[in-house]
Amino acid sequence: MKILTGNDLRSGAVLWWTGNGWSIHIGDAADAGDEAETILATESAARRVNDAYAIDAEETPDGPRPAHIKDRVRALGPTVRPDLAVPAAEKVGWDWVI
Amino acid sequence: MYQYDQHDQAMVQARVEQFRDQVQRRLDGKMTEDQFKPLRLQNGLYQQLHAYMLRVAVPYGTLSSRQMHALADIADKYDRGYGHFTTRQNIQYNWIKLEETPDLLADLAKVEMHAIQTSGNCIRNISSDQYAGAAADEVVDPRPYAELLRQWSTFHPEFAFLPRKFKIAVIASEQDRAAMRLHDIGINIVKNEAGELGAAFYVGGGMGRTPMIAPCIREFVPLDQLVTYAESVLRVYNRHGRRDNKYKARIKILVHETGAEEFTRQVEEEFAHLLDQGVEPPLAELDRIRSFFQQPEFATGLSEKADRSDPEFALWIDRNCSPHKVPGYVSAAISLKPVGGIPGDASAEQMHLMADIAKEYSFDECRVTHAQNVILPHVEIGKLYEVWQKLEAAGLGTPNLDQVGDIIACPGLDYCSLANARSIPVAQKISERFDETGKGDVLGELKLKISGCINACGHHHAGHIGILGVDRKGTENYQLLLGGSEAEDVSLAKITGPGFDEAGIVNAVETVTDLYLAQRADGERFLDTYRRIGMEPFKEALYG
Repeated sequence: MKILTGNDLRSGAVLWWTGNGWSIHIGDAADAGDEAETILATESAARRVNDAYAIDAEETPDGPRPAHIKDRVRALGPTVRPDLAVPAAEKVGWDWVI
Repeated sequence: MYQYDQHDQAMVQARVEQFRDQVQRRLDGKMTEDQFKPLRLQNGLYQQLHAYMLRVAVPYGTLSSRQMHALADIADKYDRGYGHFTTRQNIQYNWIKLEETPDLLADLAKVEMHAIQTSGNCIRNISSDQYAGAAADEVVDPRPYAELLRQWSTFHPEFAFLPRKFKIAVIASEQDRAAMRLHDIGINIVKNEAGELGAAFYVGGGMGRTPMIAPCIREFVPLDQLVTYAESVLRVYNRHGRRDNKYKARIKILVHETGAEEFTRQVEEEFAHLLDQGVEPPLAELDRIRSFFQQPEFATGLSEKADRSDPEFALWIDRNCSPHKVPGYVSAAISLKPVGGIPGDASAEQMHLMADIAKEYSFDECRVTHAQNVILPHVEIGKLYEVWQKLEAAGLGTPNLDQVGDIIACPGLDYCSLANARSIPVAQKISERFDETGKGDVLGELKLKISGCINACGHHHAGHIGILGVDRKGTENYQLLLGGSEAEDVSLAKITGPGFDEAGIVNAVETVTDLYLAQRADGERFLDTYRRIGMEPFKEALYG
């Protein structure tokens, strides 16, 4: 699946495209499929999300799992500070990143 | 230490208000991110993996306790209660909100600090010896010269858009504690045979993807020509440095491709041209700056011996304290590398404590080191035990300076958008392994440095043992390097061979240190043994 991600303009936080907006939870990420580039162009023009891009992800029972470790780290937070993780980390655990 | 005059203060405050307006325009959608990005970077604000990151300069690593308190307050007020001290004597905050950044910068300006020129292709924070003004082996305190260069390079209109970033280090001793020859310009203040002070210029060093050791291009520049010579180097670089290829744009490439001799000729030609152009500030300005770096009023007749009856305290003295130029004092290192901790991180509470201790025991001063520790430069030996007890109670008393556990590590893939692999977990596991096995106590000086990508913020090229994290088909992989040094015996580390996974690299470090223990001659450090026996025995031990 293709999912979209970027960073929030105000907080810099990692965001995931949900189909009709953006969420900090990767579990909310929707498959953008063939629409990825169109959505990115629209969202880029709206100037609310910085440097949005499409990534490959695997569909799992816990939700989408990005193909690349960098995006998995982005999804949960720094692996060395679980106390600062986004809530999704509690659900999937840190093994999910590695 | 230096205090802003009205011009310094006005400039910094004006910059805050300028950035406030730029931020507002970005938030209002009046600027695109592409338009805004160079503006935020010029104010030290990066977008990292999880949030904005702000890099704050600590000029030549010197902080007053008031400034350290302010850094702690910023960690609490605008971040998540901690900061990360970096390998260039800066501090980084990892969780900054764009809309709060102008207020943060205004708070910084109140304590004469800023984030200007901590990013972008300009002259960055000027680093120095963390023991400056205290070291028993220095010929002079190098910080006034670093400050002079800071003032010259700040907002220098000609050097705001160089081919690439530019880093300068200034020291004043034979011992190099600032990785001087691994900078774009390394300056060593020296004394000539007549007893006059001058500057030896080393140009074209650096780490990154193409590590180079800077050659000396001038052994003695009179101090009343220091700025003019630096300007000459920058002019030649600005004119001829490559702008067509980011990876070949640093001055080290220019010096290498031009040849040190021809590069020097060009600098000397420019220097001759500039000498009568009024570039050099009047000596009165240098005298004014020097007046801020007067030696504190040290007590005399102090005891030069500490009560070593507490063995843990005695170990801390042996490992973390350095000789001071004044009898009865030492410089004490606060390790930000507890066993299993995150190298360079300090909580707001720890920063407040370090500030309080600096005020009470170290003439109101502390220093940040490129090895991501903090120094109390002037501590009475007789009060060391009190200091150590306070540090120990706050998790800041780890006795491991320059030991295997005193690992330099960049933020790596846990925070950094450029990284290919995580650095911090590797540092944590190595630190824990050597603590558990007790081997850390017998290895002696061993500088271990970890970078999470080829940009080498973790100085892996200069590690006695270096580790470079790479991305191998989407998986973290770690290359092992041996034989580097950033000190006066500077050398670049060499890769041992194929890389390892996370568990494997920890084992590999243990393997090479075991070989060292088996092979070392009396008094040899790991680096000495490596240099004596060469790479092959280590390769054999690692790969069979």
